[in-house]
Amino acid sequence: MALEVNIEKQAGSFHLQTAFTCEKEFLGILGASGSGKSMTLKCIAGIEKPDCGRIVLDGRVLFDSDKKINLPPRQRRVGYLFQNYALFPDMTARQNILCGLHAEKDRQKREQRADAMMELLQIRDVANLRPGQLSGGQAQRVALGRILVNEPELLMLDEPFAALDTHLRLKLQVELKNLLSGYDRGIIMVTHDRDEAFRMCDRIGVIDEGQMLAMKETRELFADPGSRAVASITGCKNIAYARKTGKHEVFVPEWNIYLKTGKDVRDDLKAVGIRAHSFRPGEEENRFPITIVREMEEPFEWVSEFVYKEQASASAAVWWRYSKAFRLPEPPDALGVVPDEVLLLY
Amino acid sequence: MDLYPLYNSLRIAAISCVVVFFTGIFAAYYAARLPRVLKGILDVILTLPMVLPPTVCGYFLLLIFGARRPVGMFLADLGIKLVMNWPGGVAAAVVVAFPLMYRTARGAFESFDENLAWSGQTLGLSNTWIFWHVRMRSCRQGILAGTVLAFARALGEYGATSMLIGYTPGRTATVSTTVYQLWRTNDEQGAFFWVMVNLAISAAVLLAVNLLERRRKNGT
Repeated sequence: MALEVNIEKQAGSFHLQTAFTCEKEFLGILGASGSGKSMTLKCIAGIEKPDCGRIVLDGRVLFDSDKKINLPPRQRRVGYLFQNYALFPDMTARQNILCGLHAEKDRQKREQRADAMMELLQIRDVANLRPGQLSGGQAQRVALGRILVNEPELLMLDEPFAALDTHLRLKLQVELKNLLSGYDRGIIMVTHDRDEAFRMCDRIGVIDEGQMLAMKETRELFADPGSRAVASITGCKNIAYARKTGKHEVFVPEWNIYLKTGKDVRDDLKAVGIRAHSFRPGEEENRFPITIVREMEEPFEWVSEFVYKEQASASAAVWWRYSKAFRLPEPPDALGVVPDEVLLLY
Repeated sequence: MDLYPLYNSLRIAAISCVVVFFTGIFAAYYAARLPRVLKGILDVILTLPMVLPPTVCGYFLLLIFGARRPVGMFLADLGIKLVMNWPGGVAAAVVVAFPLMYRTARGAFESFDENLAWSGQTLGLSNTWIFWHVRMRSCRQGILAGTVLAFARALGEYGATSMLIGYTPGRTATVSTTVYQLWRTNDEQGAFFWVMVNLAISAAVLLAVNLLERRRKNGT
């Protein structure tokens, strides 16, 4: 199983250019709204037509601008879970799922398979309700069931949790992940939520203004984002210009400090990033005196803004975030950072 | 009493309503897909009969279907005669009622969530199936309203009808042309009868719409 995508599309002033592959894995596409995530999925599904490029699924050419191939969506065998689930409003949950089984001509088999899917997804008790009567979580499962009975060769999820209440999201993310762990085909999930992407995905691609910036194994992406844009999209709060001063040392003019780094520094270094969670009061490496300028309390964490003692006066404060369990009686007068957690951005 | 005008009016209204139902829906469906400029031009042309005086529509219909015009001659060869004949009433009613169907259907289609059609396509459902089972079902309220309005308008059509098929008792007379004809010839009692018939039909149509509405709200 492999999906190969290499497409370009111009829509007004927006330019989408993306190339990636998806094996039998849970692939995330992370980006802000309007970055081209959904457009990418729509191109794969055949709802949007790229200007040029190629899309191949399991050796089947879905789109090829050179060979003038452009299969209509219904021949692509690509499952698409829409953000609003797009359940047919005038049909019951069960009828919606039966729609995914239209290719099965035997009526009895069709009903058996629909019932088995509803059993698996635990939605038998809402079988006769209409989409308007379902909760967000139920609607999501009905929509997913309708797609899974259709047996697509690729599953695409477009912001699957965006329509749900915040407190339900985590629970449903865990459920969906378990449910799809037995799914033996590729899954692509589009999201703007980095936590969601981190929890769900084996690998993540970061997209910004229509360009796929990086695609890496999930932990590696967060540990080494590689560029300013990716660092920022993966939630790095502190990014500052920096220049190389040694094999494992950089100078940050804004903060007026020299930082030791874990990785070798390349000559073309542009900036460094330090995640808000990376600062430690007890850490001896990269330890510099600071002054806390503002604090904000959250339910389980403290968010502090501080400046380095020698920091340029016009530059922005640095964010530090830590669990309430580690709150000190007196605010620290210096903070350190493990060299491995100094992100090198090019 | 001769009830031919009632029969003729209902016949003309029913047939033109069926024609307008399909042509209006398909025009609305395809117009929604056109590029903006083309859509704007087509929109003006298709809606024009709604704002033009019906006599102007009748004039154009005579220009097209007149016995000495190419289209009229071609139809005459096929044995179809529209001018001064009741099928001409259908032509007149279709032209005048079409914009009502077209505009209400287009409004309904424009508020349709296109994700529904796309999700159907990715499930492998055919566009025809999606059109009838999803799009039309979702838009049924607007479509129904348009159909009823078109039927009522066809039933009450006077201007274009009188120009195209005139008034021949027992041949082309409709309820509305009969009202005028009887009143003109000082048969006030006869005119009053047909006015009441007209009122009764219109009231029945509106009542039917309201009942359908209520059933729809109570259902689901």
